[in-house]
Amino acid sequence: MSGKITVVISQAQGKHPVKRGMEESLAAALLMEPGIDLSIVPHLVDLQPGHTGRLYLEGITGDVVVLAWLFPRAAFWLLDRIGVKGVEGTSPTHPKPAEDEELTDDEKAELAERPPPIGATGAIPDRVVTCLDMRAKDKYEVFVEEVRRLGRESAARRQAKQAERAVVTAAKPPVLMELGMPTARLAEYQPEQLLEAPAMRRWYPVIDYSRCTNCLECLDFCLFGVYGADEQGRITVENQDNCKKGCPACSRVCPAQAIMFPEYKTAAIAGAPVGAISGLKIDLSKLFGGGLGGGGDAISLAAQERDRELVKDGRDAVGLAVGIPKRQTGKSAEPRDSLDDLVDALDSLDI
Amino acid sequence: MAQDQLFQIGKHKAPLPGGLLYAATNHVWATRADGSGTGMGPGVWRFGFTSYAIALMKDVYFLDWSYAPGIAVIHLALIGHIETSKAESDLYAPATGMLVRVNDALLEDPSAINTDGYGAGWLYEIDCPAAPNHLIDAEAYLAHLRDNWENTERILKGSINRTEDESPESMGETEA
Repeated sequence: MSGKITVVISQAQGKHPVKRGMEESLAAALLMEPGIDLSIVPHLVDLQPGHTGRLYLEGITGDVVVLAWLFPRAAFWLLDRIGVKGVEGTSPTHPKPAEDEELTDDEKAELAERPPPIGATGAIPDRVVTCLDMRAKDKYEVFVEEVRRLGRESAARRQAKQAERAVVTAAKPPVLMELGMPTARLAEYQPEQLLEAPAMRRWYPVIDYSRCTNCLECLDFCLFGVYGADEQGRITVENQDNCKKGCPACSRVCPAQAIMFPEYKTAAIAGAPVGAISGLKIDLSKLFGGGLGGGGDAISLAAQERDRELVKDGRDAVGLAVGIPKRQTGKSAEPRDSLDDLVDALDSLDI
Repeated sequence: MAQDQLFQIGKHKAPLPGGLLYAATNHVWATRADGSGTGMGPGVWRFGFTSYAIALMKDVYFLDWSYAPGIAVIHLALIGHIETSKAESDLYAPATGMLVRVNDALLEDPSAINTDGYGAGWLYEIDCPAAPNHLIDAEAYLAHLRDNWENTERILKGSINRTEDESPESMGETEA
């Protein structure tokens, strides 16, 4: 058993010198670190099926730390989507906002009436997947320190598991196990194989199943066949490459804010944690001719965005006539949480 | 030919060549793609960022188009996205027509936008079936920039207020 923790750096798209610098400093520091298997892959969103970097990710069995230029929530569910499943790890680098404490008893009661989230599909292996957003800190040393800490945590957990298992299987011959997973031999890849540039930049929604209630409104709303339901009737992103580049409309109609577009410029849609829209660049869209033909609430905006894509495809615009749930008309009466407010606040910003 | 103009942002000078036309709402320049000048009429027009736009955005890191050549675009429709050292923005079509060419070299390395914004840093070419009569000359564009500067400053400041002071990306500095 290697007893190592796997650390993956997912590169930024483009040639952002600051981001490249961070990646290189981190890689140089972690490469020398004992107890760490380091790999570098292209941007997670762009890894199409069969890409060596993706095959490598799928083959990792133990605890894994992924450093990406994405919000941790987006990166975690992206990985879940491509089969890199596990328990979501937390990190003090990305403190979870204490959502419950801000709620009054009434709000809690309202929240309790919501359908429960459906949670991740399939078997969740007994391992921890921790995603770190490299935008969160300027200094790479912070991430090196955090990766070390996660490595120690992982080792401690592994030892505890082994002790537990030793008791259970005392009578039987020991079976080589790693964190509850059969120890598959990790295929060997050359670093340059992992870094082979993906064929194209991709664009598709990622579902946060810890929020999704399977209401299927996205399925009704999207007229491009992106969504489907699996054998158990759960919503899935079935045809992700049918998705229209730049269009985040379905995430605006989702009543649970469970749909993320990891690269969308608005933080709430890109998977920001509640109450944490900091360090954003200024958005000059209004100055460059944006916002001249629209406005209005999230649903109208979503309908406009969808119409734009329909027309681009040579189809007829449908406006609010198709796939807009009646619920949305009385949306203000729905229980809200701070993420709802965040989304609205971002949409109404005058920039 | 109209005279060259200069817009001053603090100490930064943004030259506006007189030999080009301008789409004021998009802050892009325009000229005939065949190099025949700016005689108004239908046909293929080439577009690129004005020095004013570049001065606001600073170094371009990432440029992305949501259309490929051969697709019709409508004036002010969303056509792409840009990320720079200071800002990010959606990009909108400056005219109605067929997108016939994008500057592929910029997708790999967008630095020409900063080093040669009126030349090698051109963005795309649109074949306009009708004359893009909304394009204005350098003098009118300069007047537009002056008239709107107060509002622009307000928008910039408003957006800075929602970023944290510690953010390296915040537009804190006042001059280049």
